[in-house]
Amino acid sequence: MTPPGAPPRPDAPVFRPVADRAVLVEFGDTISDAAHDQVLRLDRALAARPFAGFAEAVPAFVNLLVLFDPGQTDHATTTAALRALLTTAPETLASPTRHQVPVCYENAPDLAQVAARCGLTQDAVINAHLAGAYQVFLYGFAPGYAYLAGLPPALRLDRKPAPVRGVAAGSVIIAGAQCLVTTLTMPTGWWRIGRSPSRILTGDPARPFLFDVGDAVQFRRISAAEFDRLHHG
Amino acid sequence: MAEALFRVAQAGPHVTLQDGGRPGLMRFGVPQSGPMDRKALAVANIALGNAPGAAGIEVSPGGLVLDCLAGRVDLALAGGGFVVDCAGRRLGSWQRFGIAAGDRLVIRPGPWGNWCCLAFAGDLAVPRWLGAAATHALSGLGGGRLVAGMELALTGARHGLPPRALPCPVWARPRRLLQVVMGPQDRFFPPAVQAQFLSQAFAVSDSHDRMGVRLTGPALRPEAALSIPSEPILRGSVQVSGDGVAAVLMADHQTTGGYPKIATVLSDDLDGFAQLRPRQSLRFAAIAPEAAVALARARAVRVADWLARLPARLD
Repeated sequence: MTPPGAPPRPDAPVFRPVADRAVLVEFGDTISDAAHDQVLRLDRALAARPFAGFAEAVPAFVNLLVLFDPGQTDHATTTAALRALLTTAPETLASPTRHQVPVCYENAPDLAQVAARCGLTQDAVINAHLAGAYQVFLYGFAPGYAYLAGLPPALRLDRKPAPVRGVAAGSVIIAGAQCLVTTLTMPTGWWRIGRSPSRILTGDPARPFLFDVGDAVQFRRISAAEFDRLHHG
Repeated sequence: MAEALFRVAQAGPHVTLQDGGRPGLMRFGVPQSGPMDRKALAVANIALGNAPGAAGIEVSPGGLVLDCLAGRVDLALAGGGFVVDCAGRRLGSWQRFGIAAGDRLVIRPGPWGNWCCLAFAGDLAVPRWLGAAATHALSGLGGGRLVAGMELALTGARHGLPPRALPCPVWARPRRLLQVVMGPQDRFFPPAVQAQFLSQAFAVSDSHDRMGVRLTGPALRPEAALSIPSEPILRGSVQVSGDGVAAVLMADHQTTGGYPKIATVLSDDLDGFAQLRPRQSLRFAAIAPEAAVALARARAVRVADWLARLPARLD
């Protein structure tokens, strides 16, 4: 997503104290692959070598929120620990776990409108969506809402002016450069182009979330019959 | 093992099962949840000899009517000032008391507060999600919302503790002065707006729920129309929407958001803040991060000491 000619690395991170229990580490002001890579690197380094009093880390587009137990540590100690991790963090990320997520593009309420707005046929929209190489950038908003970056430029639309209510869980929706598979029935202003039987909230206590941040995702087309079989199976 | 059984005769909206919540999962879009007034649940549980985060019921201003169908068990209530009636006995809402088969417990809103926690001497058999019974209101995941007709079973029910009024400490009262650390996006607000934020009064609006509390007060307009990348949110984030309206994010907050956060409220202040009713006023006071940590430590010690002494005071 970094345009050609942009600086290869984001600015040196900025550490911002948050309330009595966190430090926000910012790797830039605008969304870029370079900034997000830095977020992932620090997140991985922290998971491998947590400092005393570390509570949890929340990765986002350009920043990582690091929570600590104020009974055990403070902002300055946390910031020093994070700086040390940054100097020792590996230069490259391990190759990501890959997932294939089935999508049924039949009975998709917004497919025709997306095609019209993008100046494409519905098949071309589907093929473009299937051709995308997606990365789990972050979870946000609500449980299991995994924001997948990497929607092909031909499909990038602003969100609708007003949200549609009651969009079913399992909807495959797109807006901007992103795609996600919903986990709850909720309003959304994103465009509904398909349905997936994959559950991001797996219901498996050993592995409750299908993806980790940083994982790679590819979509695979399925028929309505296969959707019904997988959805109810 | 002794068992007790309850049936919900009536439950207002937003009456849910809650426990200590599920920390550590914000990276998956899951906030901690748990009671809006976490200290209230801890007090009620400790008054019964439970762990502070054991599962109980969070009662909203909608109220709750529970019928005890079978068994005998001790209960405790803490939190807002609700009006309570158990089998015809009028009780305060800071109370430990027994209930037995045939008794009806009625909890209605009273003179102050929004939330009140009901704890049970025993283990509530309730659905858990990711290890916790805390209900995430938006999804309904966890123990869930209480609805009329629902039955609640209790295992390991204990009874026989002397009924007592619970002392209501100063730190459990509604809190109208909220300590904040400015930021992490205070830089998007002109100095005059930051000064307004700290000098003027705000009030709780009618738009408040487990996700957050919108405030009325001066419009806090950011410098320019902003498009900041969505970033992590904390319980206590003071988020300002494009029209300058501030909201304090609470137990079931969304985990990321693209509105700037002018400041973040110290964790300890959020329980008392949750008990402020619509139109009650509040102010923000900024402190330095180092002072915030020192204050958090001092307050945690004060609450822990009080809780540790509570059982002896109720003998």
